[in-house]
Amino acid sequence: METSFALTGKGYVIIAADTTAARSIVKMKVDEDKIKELSSHLLMSYSGEPGDTIQFAEYVERNIRLYQIRNLYPLRPAAAAAWIRRSLAESLRSRHPYSVNLLLGGYDIADHKPNLYWIDYLGTVVELPFAAHGYGSYFALSLLDRYHNPEASLEEGLATLKRCIEEVAKRLIVSPDRFKVKVVDKDGTREVEL
Amino acid sequence: MNSLIQRYAGSSAASQQRRNVSTVDDDDEFSDAMWGSEAGFGSLAKGVPSFMVPSVPDPAAFLRLHTDDHADPSCKIKIQHGTTTLAFRFQGGVIVAVDSRATAGSYVASGTVKKVIEINPYLLGTMAGGAADCQYWETYLGMHCRLHELRNRERISVSAASKYLSNLVYSYKGMGLSMGTMICGWDKTGPALFYVDSDGTRLKGDLFSVGSGSTFAYGVLDQGYRWDLTDEEAQELGRRSIYAAGHRDAFSGNTCNLYHVKEHGWDFIGNYDITTLHYDGPGNVSGSPGHGYGYEIRVEGQTSANPPEVVAQA
Repeated sequence: METSFALTGKGYVIIAADTTAARSIVKMKVDEDKIKELSSHLLMSYSGEPGDTIQFAEYVERNIRLYQIRNLYPLRPAAAAAWIRRSLAESLRSRHPYSVNLLLGGYDIADHKPNLYWIDYLGTVVELPFAAHGYGSYFALSLLDRYHNPEASLEEGLATLKRCIEEVAKRLIVSPDRFKVKVVDKDGTREVEL
Repeated sequence: MNSLIQRYAGSSAASQQRRNVSTVDDDDEFSDAMWGSEAGFGSLAKGVPSFMVPSVPDPAAFLRLHTDDHADPSCKIKIQHGTTTLAFRFQGGVIVAVDSRATAGSYVASGTVKKVIEINPYLLGTMAGGAADCQYWETYLGMHCRLHELRNRERISVSAASKYLSNLVYSYKGMGLSMGTMICGWDKTGPALFYVDSDGTRLKGDLFSVGSGSTFAYGVLDQGYRWDLTDEEAQELGRRSIYAAGHRDAFSGNTCNLYHVKEHGWDFIGNYDITTLHYDGPGNVSGSPGHGYGYEIRVEGQTSANPPEVVAQA
């Protein structure tokens, strides 16, 4: 099953998403990147109904880019979260709503704060210090309640993320075996190896 | 003979009840092999226990019809389901920790349930699934553990006790029993822990958690578990894990009951209010972190903001 985690630390947000693309009981692909870089300081992981996920993620990606081209400055993370939420909320009451769950992580260069938003397909947005989607959340949330540190260095943050991934690998029956991990901080977005 | 006629012919409520309760009364209907002890000391067991069943062709289907609150939320009988229980073996014995919430559907029926069943001074059982099933059959298990002691002049092993329970519930498979239990104790082999459920599964292991909140408990438990935990660390880990489940799982909570099984039998360590654990921690006990378990309490005053260093002006 699809699982994604995200957590904040001192001046950064880490987002991790599994890399399997499954259809029925078959793994179609094992190195799918499900984290999009929406702008220089904004990351978004997406999971949910196959087809909807990619369509919606690309729609968001293009619109965030369009905003930047028109206005010569990017949306701040809070504004991006609000726009994405509204898109999902409007979609929800349409004939074909997008069934997509998101984790939006950004570094706000204006106030030097990392922001993480948990967004579900119903159009719920919550800003959180750590978040998870999928079955992994049942194991990771209690773990993060216990171990998450908002002032952790990147190395400590990655160590906490590793705990989550190992716990899911240990206890979840259909656990994903690989995760892609991306970080956003004052220097922008980048992929990291665990 | 007169009593026999009265018993089977009477239509009064009392006689009806008598008929229901004791379908078996005449001892001579059973061979001596039915008795645990042929010396006649086994007077606890009146033959083979039997139950009233609804007078319908398929009693199990009948029960399912009236207890399945997933398919029918307005069903007549609601069985207690939501729970978090855990037990783990370590260097210093076995830690058993449980929550105390009973729910029937979305209704919190009780917040003071004893989910650890004290089978005897050396054996503990935990309760998850049907409260009545666990309570009845584990008490019944206790009876047979005592009979084993009397017959064999030694205490039953945890392995044998759990096997007895597992065989017993397996014989009722498909008839609607619902239990997920951990049988914990100390025997000749040292600390012992078995998971037994109503499917008939029986597993020996070092660490188990059962119930709707088990995933949340596992998240904390797995990360903090080591074989060489001290007694204090182990008790703290049990308490902290039940708190995690009580906090994250809507069907678990209220209070945490903590037991520690050692060589001399089990000790009741304490009852801890989950809300108190959240805000204030477990109080002045060994292994306490000295503050509340709650995330907001733990990280109070900390921030992830990372403003650049301001250069002091001359």
